[in-house]
Amino acid sequence: MRIGVVTFPGSLDDSSALRAIRLAGGEAVPLFHASDDLKEVQAVVLPGGFSYGDYLRCGAISRFAPIMESIIVAAEHGFPVLGICNGFQILTESHLLPGALIRNQDLHFICADQPVTVENTNTPWTRGYTQGQRIVIPIKNGEGSYQASAETLAELEGEGRVVLRYADKNPNGSQNNIAGITNARGNVVGVMPHPEQAIESLTGPSEDGLIFFSSILQSLVAR
Amino acid sequence: MALDTVSVAQSTPDNKQPWRELGLKEDEYQSIREILGRRPTSSELAMYSVMWSEHCSYKSSKIHLKQFGEKAVKSDALLVGIGENAGVVDIGQGYAVTFKIESHNHPSFVEPYQGAATGVGGIVRDILTMGARPIAVMDPLRFGLADAPDTRRVLPGIVAGVGGYGNCLGLPNIGGEVVFDETYAGNPLVNALCVGVMKHSDIKLATAHGTGNLVVLFGAKTGGDGIGGVSVLASETFADGKSAKRPAVQVGDPFAEKVLIECSLEIFAEDLVVGIQDLGGAGLSCATSELASGGSGGMDIQLEKVPLRDPSLSPEEILMSESQERMCAIIEPSKLARFMQICKKWDVTATVIGEVTSGDRLNITWNGELIVDVPPRTVAHDGPVYNRPMARPAYLDELKPISIPLPQTPAEIKDAILTLVASPNIADKSWVTDQYDRYVRGDSVLSQPEDSGMIRIDEQSHLGVAISTDANARWSYLDPYEGVKLALLESCRNIAVGGAKPLAITNCLNFGSPEDPGVMWQFAETVRGLADIALEMGLPVTGGNVSFYNQTGSVAILPTPVIGVLGVIQDVRTRTKMGLPKAGLDIYQLGTTDANFSGSEWAYLHGQIGDSAPRADVDHETRLVNLLLEGQPLFESAHDLSDGGFAAAITEVTLKNNIGATIEFVGDIAAELFAQTPGRAIVSVEPHNAAALKALSEKHGIAITRLGQSGGDVLTINGAHIPLDELRKAHTETLPKLFG
Repeated sequence: MRIGVVTFPGSLDDSSALRAIRLAGGEAVPLFHASDDLKEVQAVVLPGGFSYGDYLRCGAISRFAPIMESIIVAAEHGFPVLGICNGFQILTESHLLPGALIRNQDLHFICADQPVTVENTNTPWTRGYTQGQRIVIPIKNGEGSYQASAETLAELEGEGRVVLRYADKNPNGSQNNIAGITNARGNVVGVMPHPEQAIESLTGPSEDGLIFFSSILQSLVAR
Repeated sequence: MALDTVSVAQSTPDNKQPWRELGLKEDEYQSIREILGRRPTSSELAMYSVMWSEHCSYKSSKIHLKQFGEKAVKSDALLVGIGENAGVVDIGQGYAVTFKIESHNHPSFVEPYQGAATGVGGIVRDILTMGARPIAVMDPLRFGLADAPDTRRVLPGIVAGVGGYGNCLGLPNIGGEVVFDETYAGNPLVNALCVGVMKHSDIKLATAHGTGNLVVLFGAKTGGDGIGGVSVLASETFADGKSAKRPAVQVGDPFAEKVLIECSLEIFAEDLVVGIQDLGGAGLSCATSELASGGSGGMDIQLEKVPLRDPSLSPEEILMSESQERMCAIIEPSKLARFMQICKKWDVTATVIGEVTSGDRLNITWNGELIVDVPPRTVAHDGPVYNRPMARPAYLDELKPISIPLPQTPAEIKDAILTLVASPNIADKSWVTDQYDRYVRGDSVLSQPEDSGMIRIDEQSHLGVAISTDANARWSYLDPYEGVKLALLESCRNIAVGGAKPLAITNCLNFGSPEDPGVMWQFAETVRGLADIALEMGLPVTGGNVSFYNQTGSVAILPTPVIGVLGVIQDVRTRTKMGLPKAGLDIYQLGTTDANFSGSEWAYLHGQIGDSAPRADVDHETRLVNLLLEGQPLFESAHDLSDGGFAAAITEVTLKNNIGATIEFVGDIAAELFAQTPGRAIVSVEPHNAAALKALSEKHGIAITRLGQSGGDVLTINGAHIPLDELRKAHTETLPKLFG
């Protein structure tokens, strides 16, 4: 199972995402923003970081990368895409996911061990979780507050497209405590918390995040 | 202004030059004229003035720093020593680690965000320049009183700057310090540490060898930021308006640096450079003169080729510009094409600006006209050396013994503990550290508030390194010789409680004005103490940084030598954390307490400092470190006892995992709780391991005391009951209340 991880200029969690795929048992394939070649990967992760320094708007420049043209076309045909943090921001800028991520409510960068609940286990990235499962994975961002219009929120909630929701306390002012969403088809998922930083208890707050990566491998086998 | 060329300088020997405004003393200006046999051109004057500043030349400290060479231990671990951009130590399995601390104090007072941000950027480039991948940062910070209005301006900006730059580079921030004292008002200390890793064969040096090799400038374009910053900002105090020149602080672009890191590492991996130097303080003046004098000496530079952000810059300004995110490499002509290809991949601007020559002069031209013709060593290394007058300061004869309330009853004990743990120096620092990414790269095994930061180096072999930075400036104030020794010993304990073996030392020595004989004495005593203790502990000093002129008017900061110790751990999976993991464990104190409150937080809370620092007991501390290392398999938790004494330590140990404890002391309860006797630690073990711990303590000759057991949701000490919720509220509310 070949899973790609895209490195944009300023990507930071690309090496961790590659490691997470390896630990889950997949073949991790590095992809570079400047090429439109997806190297026959069967799914792709857009990792966290500060692509292009977050200049202009987070993700606003990366969405124009050659690799994104290939990903956008593929995603529209059901190709599985996971955007983590900056990757989520790139997905909203690319209009693969609705809404936007803005500055955290208190205007600070926040790094914390964040409890979240898994609200949708029908996506290829979350099928290994149980509905309503509480997991702890890190958040680490300055612009993680999810905002969308009332119609979009109603649609997301009505169609069960909220994938992760902050538990206990909303850290950043996200509407409806939203920490992650999916598209109507369910193949594109964006999350602000970092599952790839919760794959070993030695270095993360838990191993809860690994299931994102084992889920996609199971989904690809099941196809 | 007409171009001041070498031939113009020769024909106009009597032209008046602004050497004084550039920070040079008259005799320094005269010795430049002697070196050159004529007056310097304005470009040469700019170079000498910036390179001969205190910050770049170490002219007041050099004479003392020699001791690190004279007293140095023979260490097989040291691969590159003092003098390069950063020292490099061997950690085994073919890996080498480089680490260093630098100060960015003055710029951070002027412009907190950018000052702190570029402090991080500068130290990261120093580490990168050695050929290493930067893997983590740490930031020891010091501020004026927590509730002072200026601290509210400076602290949030500095914290945001450290985070803004480091987070964007993708480097986990794994530790540091936040300390408040009124002497740092107007003189905040921003020290930044970076650690990097490489294979032995990848070590790079700042040297320009090989006639015909090319000098390539790559990274950001050169602008007008920070011009003269290094000489003026870092060498003069802000008081009394003596120095009217306050140029802009450098502005950082962490994205440019991130790309520069990836680009440079790819270039290193293909072995495309002969030598490399980053551009930090003193910019091109420093990089060209250091590279040339690190080689055979000859170099030609065509200055007009430097890509500019601001086309109006004069040659003098280009030489002095401290624009960030730039590197200078020496490359064989046959490798240039591949070098340029990699730069293009990362969208990094790279320009050939000159070449290495067979001569021994650094020649710089501007559109064909010679504007600099100097022996590079005289710029980079042969600056003035001062043996400044020193005198034991008078305050040392006016110190008074401690006279403070000492809690005895359970109610007094509870009240005192809650007061202490809520005080800004002891309070929980999450408000600061939660603005730093501690997870990125996925190898952070330990990070704040643990005793040390620990990073996994090898995923297969589980090899790792640990780093701690420490200072106790109040002990250094009472006795600078002992104070620095105690800081180093504390750092070693912090490394050892986690399970890593101390291996090497770095330092950042923050002091007031070297022109004050009392400050100079503090400095000299500190260096003597550090050189002695390094020798006694058998640890090499791999490098360091000196920051003088941290004072406002006649008030200097407390002498603040920040000591960083690097340790190695063979298997990071065996590391021990500080928090009690569960109920039913026996809690032990290693080492004994005496009733000296001098320099303690408890005394400080009562406005007193006392009259004598503890003596550094190297023999005891060495045995303690050995006990801590050998005892690792027994420990369920381990934590150093230092700032705030046992009261602060037990608070951190219980709150970490919300596991209470019941503690019973038999001796002097106030001393047991609040004295800061060095050479102690608190550990927990399973009751069935008590005999093994006792045997180990006897083997190493360290007294141990069983103090009680873990469990419950209350901290009980000699009848004082403190519910953990109440303790947590006191400990965690202070900083958010002060800084929002």
